[in-house]
Amino acid sequence: MTDVLAVSEHRRGDLRDVSYEVVTAGRELADETGGDLHVAVIGGDVDAFAEDLNREGVDQLHTVDHGEEFNHGVYAQAVEQLYDATDAGYVVTPNSVNGLDYAPAVANGLDLPVVTDVIDLDASGDGLVATREMYGSKVETTVELDADRAVVTIRGAEWPPAEGAGDAEVTAFDADIDESAVRSTVTGFEEAGGGDVDISEADVLVSVGRGIEEEENIELVQELADALDATLSSSRPIVDNGWLPKNRQVGQSGKVVTPDVYIAIGISGAVQHVAGMKGSDTIVAINTDPNAPIFDLADYGIVDDLFDVVPALIEEFE
Amino acid sequence: MKVLVTVKEVAEVEDDFEIEGTEIGSQYLAYDLNEWDDYAVEEAVQIAEAGDDVEVVAVTIGPERSEETIRMALAKGADRAVRVWDEALEGVDLLDVGAKVRLLEAVVAEEDPDLVLSGVQAGDDAFGATGVALADEIGFEWAAVVNQLDLDADGGVAHVHRELEGGVDEVTDVELPAVLTIQTGINEPRYASLRGIRQAQSKEIAPKDLDDLGLSAADVESELELTGMYEPETESDATYFEGSPEEEAGQLADMLRDKGVAE
Ligand SMILES: Cc1cc2nc3c(=O)[nH]c(=O)nc-3n(C[C@H](O)[C@H](O)[C@H](O)COP(=O)(O)OP(=O)(O)OC[C@H]3O[C@@H](n4cnc5c(N)ncnc54)[C@H](O)[C@@H]3O)c2cc1C
Repeated sequence: MTDVLAVSEHRRGDLRDVSYEVVTAGRELADETGGDLHVAVIGGDVDAFAEDLNREGVDQLHTVDHGEEFNHGVYAQAVEQLYDATDAGYVVTPNSVNGLDYAPAVANGLDLPVVTDVIDLDASGDGLVATREMYGSKVETTVELDADRAVVTIRGAEWPPAEGAGDAEVTAFDADIDESAVRSTVTGFEEAGGGDVDISEADVLVSVGRGIEEEENIELVQELADALDATLSSSRPIVDNGWLPKNRQVGQSGKVVTPDVYIAIGISGAVQHVAGMKGSDTIVAINTDPNAPIFDLADYGIVDDLFDVVPALIEEFE
Repeated sequence: MKVLVTVKEVAEVEDDFEIEGTEIGSQYLAYDLNEWDDYAVEEAVQIAEAGDDVEVVAVTIGPERSEETIRMALAKGADRAVRVWDEALEGVDLLDVGAKVRLLEAVVAEEDPDLVLSGVQAGDDAFGATGVALADEIGFEWAAVVNQLDLDADGGVAHVHRELEGGVDEVTDVELPAVLTIQTGINEPRYASLRGIRQAQSKEIAPKDLDDLGLSAADVESELELTGMYEPETESDATYFEGSPEEEAGQLADMLRDKGVAE
């Protein structure tokens, strides 16, 4: 019997989707261990958040009223104290940018192993088996942990959001935050991007990735986009290289797009890219690597060299 | 001021490969400097170029082979390197975050840096946890996923942007000493010049084993065990267009026309 502590996440007044997903993942784990599920919400309008998070399967809700926004110093201390107070074994957090900013510190502080970016969990045997990916999603691995204590960060959109009203007891947890140990201060937020087009409005996106090799070659996909009356977008490395502006980036840290047709050219389909385009209606992938993860998502695929296929495609529409 | 940059040689998998047990056969692997670390090295070198008396030390955990990759960091401007390896690490399939932290903590104790830069994650195992766990262990402040850095060494603060999801940056002041995990796009990593490559040949790569670091095999025992590796079952129900590039393009064009995309 191991209790599970799931930690929610919010930003600028809203709980993030993955908060409901950690509840589901936490409940599944707790079912397997026969333990209780504790859910924590730290900072912001904790009472309203707690009401939202009070879903089916939550045994206890803990609110920590401290600060408006995420601060890793506060989160790390609060979670470590909650871990002790609830006597939980597993801590489950989102594998988000903020999750990665405190979960490893919690693991270190509590002397627990940490397993990140997990896509499946199984605690029905002895200890814990986590499934995760390696080598840019080319392989899946199982990682075994011979203990019932760990910090686990879960990948977004792998577990369904928890639904149904719950009747968990909501308790205000009086965390003893040592302010002198909080040595970073969030001073604000900035929207990145802006710029000439809004790719999230486009019906057809021609999207280019690192397979394009050189900046000059972007011209080729631009030609295709023009021929199709489509908008040009890209994966992250293209933007990192300064070949296209940030507002063209599709993905976790770029834009979420949902066009009718998304044509991924020389894009491998890394999870952070997929997060931005998996809602597209029809997905076409052109890639030389038949094992590229983008093909798992694609409705139509061409396993071939983009430098042969794209010119031929342009010709079709001229 | 001293900047310690953690760098890792990562394996990249060829398009076609086979899995042998819990490993990919070495003939299917190509080694390179971790993409995220390349940006961390560049950031460190830029700090050194902007200030007086800044030393950049690259540290890696890796076998002798990885010296080739570490030389890249030296060629780009790191002053010297430390390479940690030990027989005891050879058989470990998956070095967990805790073990990496204990190794790096020992190096930090020797080097006493003011700033540690690491990549957000390693392209192979993609844990993304070492920098923050290390910071907690050595009592440094930290920030994860930094895509903009304005260092005020005299004021003892790093003004950073952390890149959150959805195109939003968090703007944060981080007290020094600190560990920052560096996101791609923060700068433009330079290519190593021929001169840099030549100079790198004479720069020091100090090998350290567990003994040198005052550690024992027990310190690097991994709590995680890699028990399985397999190609993910393809969920693909894609329709593949086949033939010559022209034929493939023709079929794709037909499909697009059917969908009403262009004429
Ligand atoms: C915190 C975080 C946030 C991130 N946010 C984003 C994000 O918002 N968006 C994003 O895209 N990434 C993001 N990334 C990066 C992501 O992990 C990948 O590195 C990136 O998506 C890879 O881009 P790619 O597919 O273009 O390049 P690669 O992965 O290098 O893939 C290139 C592909 O091109 C194919 N190719 C090569 N040559 C040819 C050819 N001649 N013809 C056809 N195909 C060819 C190759 O087979 C390969 O599949 C993020 C990463 C982190 C850690």
